[in-house]
Amino acid sequence: MRLSGPDDVSVRSCPGGPDLVRGATLVVDDDGVQHEVTRPVVAICRCDRSSRMPWCDSTHKAVRPR
Amino acid sequence: MLLPRERGPLSRRVLQTLRTGPGSSRSTTAFTELALGPDSVVTDEDAQLALWTLYELHYRGFDDAAEDLEWDPTVLRLRRTLERRFERELREAVALRLRSLPGEAPVGETLLALPATSTGPSPAAYLHRHASREVVVDFLRERSLQQLKESDPQAFVLPRLTGRSKVALAELLYDEFGGGRPERLHQRLFAEAMVSVGLDPTYGTYVDEVGALSLASANAMSMFGLHRRLRGAAMGHLAVFEATSSVPSRKIAGGMDRLGLPPAAAAYFHEHVEADSVHEHLAAHDICGAMVAEEPGLREDVLVGAAVCLHLDELSALELTERWNPTAPTAQEVAS
Ligand code: FES
Ligand SMILES: [Fe+2]
Ligand SMILES: [Fe+2]
Repeated sequence: MRLSGPDDVSVRSCPGGPDLVRGATLVVDDDGVQHEVTRPVVAICRCDRSSRMPWCDSTHKAVRPR
Repeated sequence: MLLPRERGPLSRRVLQTLRTGPGSSRSTTAFTELALGPDSVVTDEDAQLALWTLYELHYRGFDDAAEDLEWDPTVLRLRRTLERRFERELREAVALRLRSLPGEAPVGETLLALPATSTGPSPAAYLHRHASREVVVDFLRERSLQQLKESDPQAFVLPRLTGRSKVALAELLYDEFGGGRPERLHQRLFAEAMVSVGLDPTYGTYVDEVGALSLASANAMSMFGLHRRLRGAAMGHLAVFEATSSVPSRKIAGGMDRLGLPPAAAAYFHEHVEADSVHEHLAAHDICGAMVAEEPGLREDVLVGAAVCLHLDELSALELTERWNPTAPTAQEVAS
C-alpha cells in the first residue's frame, strides 16, 4: 500500500481497526491499482477482510469484537 | 413546510401559539405553563410532536408560522418545559447503563465499546432478511425525519468547540455535507433513496405519519445540539450514532438488493458503510477524546449522550418491529 498527496500525509492507527489517513489524494494498493481519495479523512483496512478494499467497511468488528 | 397536524393537548397548544402568534392568544393561556401529565414524554407522540415543531423553527421553519417566533420568549418557555422533562427522563433512563461502565478507560474506547451493551431487536437484520418492500418504504419514511436534516443538529455544535475537536468535527461534517460536491450531500442521497421507492422527499412531508420514537430521536439531537451546556452529550451521541451505522447500513443495502429496489435506494446505505467506518473514529477519538482531554468535566455528559443514542435506538427498534411484526413487545412496555 502506498499513499501519496501534495502535502504531508498523516496516518493514525485505530486499535483493532483501520488506519485513519489525512492528506492523501491517491492510495495505491499492493496490486498497483490506484484508488482516488474523495474524503477529507479515509479509513484504510488493516484486517484484510473488507469487501471494499482498500477502504475499511467495519468488517473488522466481526473479526475482533470489542 | 406547513405546520403538522396536532396529536393531543400539548401539540395543540404549541400549534395554536405558532399559528396565531403569542401576542394574539388569550393572556390567560399564553402565560400558563404547559401541563405535562405523569407519563413518560419520551414515548408520547403528542409531547414529541410539540417539541419537534418548536425545534423546526431553528431549522427550516414553517410557511404558516412567523419567522421571529424562533426567539419569542413565550415560545421558548413552552420549549423549555418540554425539554426539562425530556432531558430528565433521558438521563434517568441511561443512569443504570452508565454505572456499569469501567470508569478509567479513555473516553474514546468506552464510547466504541458501548454499542455492545445494546439489547433487543435489530431492524437492520429484519430489513436484511425478511422485510417486504412496504416495510423498507416504511423504514425510509420514518428515518426521513432525521435523515433529510442529517448532520444539521451537530453543525450547531461547531462554534462551541475549539482546537482539535473543532477541526475533527469540521472534517466529519464536510464529508456529511458532500465534501464539496452537492450531489454527494448525505441529505440529498437520502432524498434520492426516497424518490427511488416512490416517496416524496420534500422536507417534513411525513411528519404526520411517523411514530413517537422517530420524533424523539430527532428531538434528542436537536436538544443536545441547540444547548451549549449539552455539547458533550451532542458529541457522545454522534459517536455512538456513527459507530452503530456502518454494519447495519450494509445489512439494509443487502435487503434492498434482495428486493430488487433501484440502485439509488441502496446507494445512501453503501455510502454509509464506508463513510461511517471513518466517522466513528473521528467522533469517538478525535472529537470526544479531545473534548474530554481539554475539559475533563465533559466526560459524564459525553457518555450520557452516547447512552441516550443507544437507548432511543432500542426503543425505536421496538416501535418499528412491533409495527412490522405485531407479536413483539411494545416500546411503552419496555420503557416503563
Ligand atoms: S480494518 Fe475495518 S474492515 Fe478491515
Ligand atoms: Fe451521513
Ligand atoms: Fe456519518
